[in-house]
Amino acid sequence: MAKKSIRLRASNKGGVATVKALITHPMETGLRKDKKTGNKVPAHFIQTVSGKHNGNEVIVAEWSGAVSKNPYLSFQFAGAKAGDAVELTWSDNKGDSETASTKVR
Amino acid sequence: MQRRTFMKGTLAASGVAVAVSAGLLSPRSVLAAWPKTAFTAKSVPDALSGLGVSTTTASGDIKIKAPDIAENGAVVPVTVTTSISGATSISILAEKNGSPLAANFNLKGSAQGFVATRIKMQKTSAVIAVVKAGGKAYSARKEVKVTIGGCGG
Repeated sequence: MAKKSIRLRASNKGGVATVKALITHPMETGLRKDKKTGNKVPAHFIQTVSGKHNGNEVIVAEWSGAVSKNPYLSFQFAGAKAGDAVELTWSDNKGDSETASTKVR
Repeated sequence: MQRRTFMKGTLAASGVAVAVSAGLLSPRSVLAAWPKTAFTAKSVPDALSGLGVSTTTASGDIKIKAPDIAENGAVVPVTVTTSISGATSISILAEKNGSPLAANFNLKGSAQGFVATRIKMQKTSAVIAVVKAGGKAYSARKEVKVTIGGCGG
């Protein structure tokens, strides 16, 4: 998997942080057919995404192939201060995974 | 004869190794937590029962933000906000997709009742949001008209 597939930022408004993430991933459902060969394109999609605030898990997302290609994810958590660590990890059905981290602004 | 059986053995073993490296055999540890039955279910009630939800109560405290008309079914932005206190999970389903459950978000600790993502929709149907809180399940729905389907190719 290409490195730096995650673009991550976290902003703070009145103690509630909004995290926005863009992940580069093909998100193949396994149902789409290759137009040239007629064979099905094998499934390749992100299954779990976890978001952490200062090391504590705040969200665990479970996805199917019905999440769009190059997925976008946004979530919020309370009790945030500027400089807090935010970490995001995804793993897909082929066993690939990647982690990115940023700080609350 | 002995040489023949030896060759067969090595060929079989290398075949397995190739399958593993090509990603045909997924590592089990990855699949363990992922609710496969819910994601492969073909109908909304089956998908919900895969998540441990039998009945849902319609709730006005769940807001779904999605376009009325989605030109491209491959990218339908969906935002779900809920003011239900103690929400533990938010699930997003597209009613008429082959497998309706698109995403399930487990909220922990200080997480707020807010998630946004983009999903694929096969055809015009309702987007259903299910929120679990305090052992109960609440739902809301919104019709989205899809002009070009986003599953298959």
